[in-house]
Amino acid sequence: MVGITSYGAYIPLHRLSREEFFRAWGGLALPGERAVANFDEDSVTMATEAAIDCMKGIDPKTVDGLFFATTTSPYREKQCSTIISVALDLGREIRTADFTGSLRAGTIAIASAMDAINAGAAKSIMITAADLRLGAPAGDFEQALGDGGAALLLGEKGVIATIEGSYSISDDFSGVWRSDADTFVRTWEDRMVLDEGYSAVLPEAISGLMKKYNLAPGDFAKVVYDAPTDIRRHPRVAGGLKFDAAQLQDSLFMTVGNTGAALAMMMLVAALEEAKPGDRILFASYGNGADAFVLQVTPEIEKVRDRRGIKNHLASKRVLANYETYVRWRGLITLEAARRPDRSPTSIAGLWRDRRIILGLWGVKCKVCGTPQYAQGAGLGGSTPLRVCVNCQAKDQFEDYRFTDKKAEIFTFTQDNLADTVDPPATITVVDFEGGGRAVFDMTDRDPAEVKVGMPVEMTFRKLYFDRGVHNYFWKTRPLRC
Amino acid sequence: MESIRDKVAIIGMGCTRFGELWEKGTDDLIVEAAYEAYEDAGIDPNDIQAAWVGTVASGMMGECLSTPLKLRNIPVTHVENACATGHEALRNACFAVASGMYDIVLALGFEKLKDTGLGGLGVGRGLHPTLEMRRTAPGTFAFIATRYFHTYGLTPEQGKQTIAKIAVKNHHNGSLHPKAHFRREVTLEQVINAPIIAWPLGLFDCCPTTDGAAAAIVVPAAMAKRFRQDPIYIKGIGLSSAQLLPHFRPNFGWTSFTVNKEASRQAYEQAGIKDPRKEISVACVHDCFTITELVIYEDLGFSPVGRAKEDVDAGTFTLEGELPIQSDGGLKSFGHPIGASGLRMTYETYKQLQGKCDVRQIKNARLGLSHTLGGPPQVSCVTIVGNSLG
Repeated sequence: MVGITSYGAYIPLHRLSREEFFRAWGGLALPGERAVANFDEDSVTMATEAAIDCMKGIDPKTVDGLFFATTTSPYREKQCSTIISVALDLGREIRTADFTGSLRAGTIAIASAMDAINAGAAKSIMITAADLRLGAPAGDFEQALGDGGAALLLGEKGVIATIEGSYSISDDFSGVWRSDADTFVRTWEDRMVLDEGYSAVLPEAISGLMKKYNLAPGDFAKVVYDAPTDIRRHPRVAGGLKFDAAQLQDSLFMTVGNTGAALAMMMLVAALEEAKPGDRILFASYGNGADAFVLQVTPEIEKVRDRRGIKNHLASKRVLANYETYVRWRGLITLEAARRPDRSPTSIAGLWRDRRIILGLWGVKCKVCGTPQYAQGAGLGGSTPLRVCVNCQAKDQFEDYRFTDKKAEIFTFTQDNLADTVDPPATITVVDFEGGGRAVFDMTDRDPAEVKVGMPVEMTFRKLYFDRGVHNYFWKTRPLRC
Repeated sequence: MESIRDKVAIIGMGCTRFGELWEKGTDDLIVEAAYEAYEDAGIDPNDIQAAWVGTVASGMMGECLSTPLKLRNIPVTHVENACATGHEALRNACFAVASGMYDIVLALGFEKLKDTGLGGLGVGRGLHPTLEMRRTAPGTFAFIATRYFHTYGLTPEQGKQTIAKIAVKNHHNGSLHPKAHFRREVTLEQVINAPIIAWPLGLFDCCPTTDGAAAAIVVPAAMAKRFRQDPIYIKGIGLSSAQLLPHFRPNFGWTSFTVNKEASRQAYEQAGIKDPRKEISVACVHDCFTITELVIYEDLGFSPVGRAKEDVDAGTFTLEGELPIQSDGGLKSFGHPIGASGLRMTYETYKQLQGKCDVRQIKNARLGLSHTLGGPPQVSCVTIVGNSLG
């Protein structure tokens, strides 16, 4: 039977106390803190990080589909699941799709993957969701939203939680929305939006599911469904359906915030982290309708306990000093430009030619002398792929060698105040990889004061810059996260 | 393989004032450097049979030289080799004369960096999506300082103090040269407490961006005394170029650069120099950053490996020291218009060997060395000149 075979999650390192919004704008501070993506993160990088966590110990060749769910795709016209699939080193003969537009894009993607596997069209599909929605400054959404992602691998072998059944409702309603011209989330008068939307449609889907499969609230160990930004509505749905408070999965509101299309999946990952074999879980998500699923946890769950998931990512955090940093990272105000030369246009040809090297961090290992090497040459067209060994000068005697999962150590570094960066100083590191190979990378998620020669680092998928319509993704170093 | 030693001579040189020359364009710089060289050599512009022009970003083609100078139909070649560009123009001119093809040639380097509105060089890697990482020159050279301090057990304070002394020395020397960009002394405290540009390098650890040009007239050595009684002879020119090795070569130490060692080895061999610290009278080396000068002491054989600090502390390289380095202030104080720098350094060694350096004059100067280092770092040129044959 089709089910979840692995899970992973990602929460950005940085959190901002909601008191900081109050300090900046006055009004009302919501309780708790929210997760804030670094300036070099977006829905694609966070979905990639979640998927990497989910792929731990899994051969990429066994995955034959990748679905990316978000309401904040960096591109209107260009698929992003393809970017993630190259970063994950999935093959070419896979099905990729971006599920967007709805806050339940994640569960729509799960249902689609489930159908594809049930129909025999695929054996294993990765669903990775992330969102980085913006609330307008000084508004409630700015405080209530959060950034993060989660990934689930669906398949038929090694299932950790079977999907016993599903039920869906479609419901056209502009309760919370963004048009193609909007940067910030819009909404309508709140009681109407919640009464006729979330608080009506989600219970309808959940009770429809239970009726369809002849299940009662007491049959579930956990009930997992996303919360609206008005957090009070979350437990009311459960109460109305006669679930106990103890059955209700935490909404992450106090620690992360509302992560849009990724929220329900992140909550499910948190539930699975605590689940025992035999537990039945009700999983649902709201957004222009609702999807609901019955999950049954299997003994295989014990094999995926090593994920960073929600718990470890939550524990690994750095609290931002102030709201101004958030504003700067999100680009919400125009800052004085660094006095640096204009950037050259990004070569689409270069991005395409070197896509595995750039997005997949593929290097080579010399078959003659065994030296792993990553190509970072000079010259306008780049010097990739490597043709001549840096160590023994053998020509074209290489095998592919991947650096994404290799730990590394800082060999030398600088903190550059002159470089143009959103988060100065630019921390630039020269690193030696475990097992060999040296390269230069920007460092992120670092406290400049803690960087030193010999510091262990790992690789993280980030956005180098956005320029003239091109989101340019690459890898950076960061301190070991968790 | 033959040596260039004593085959060619420089009979005239010119150098503009260096600095933020808002009122001068590239044509002014080129004309001033070239005509000073013509006059110094006692030649007419129409005597020039071929020319090499070096600039990194201020012009293209040989035309960028022939138009301002109104050179008429002679071969003119544009050369570029990062910060070694000025040296590269001279080197190509010397080898062309040595071949016997030409008798009187011009080598000129220039750069106009102050028309950009930016402080510091713009460093990019062209169109490539990830190589274009917006690193800066100070950041790239700061890698050396971080690693040097670590390798040789210097605390950040000790390390910064050591390289600060180099800035103090070079500012002092530059203050004595009428054509230098900065003619102002700085104190150790000023250097150490200056704002950080790229840790651990502060403002005074970095050379400025500068406008300027320098030129040389090169002839066969046998013809030199027809033009003047004190020609300066080329004793050796070494050039070494590496790929972007430091960035991915295994076990590379980052405190020493093979291109420096190899370029100086070639030049010493041609010049017959066995002990550079004793034999060289004056040196102008590539102090784009103070840390660069520190590792050059070791790479060029002036100081034992890992012990340049002792020589810095002892004042070995001051004007009064055992081997004066940057007698004109260096890139740090004289300035660094990239394409001009190799020729500007040669202008200083040329004038020192002719005994024309006034308060900066080094006694009994016989052999002068100039050295450029380009890229992060990948190319190095060492040029040695002498004031007598043999």
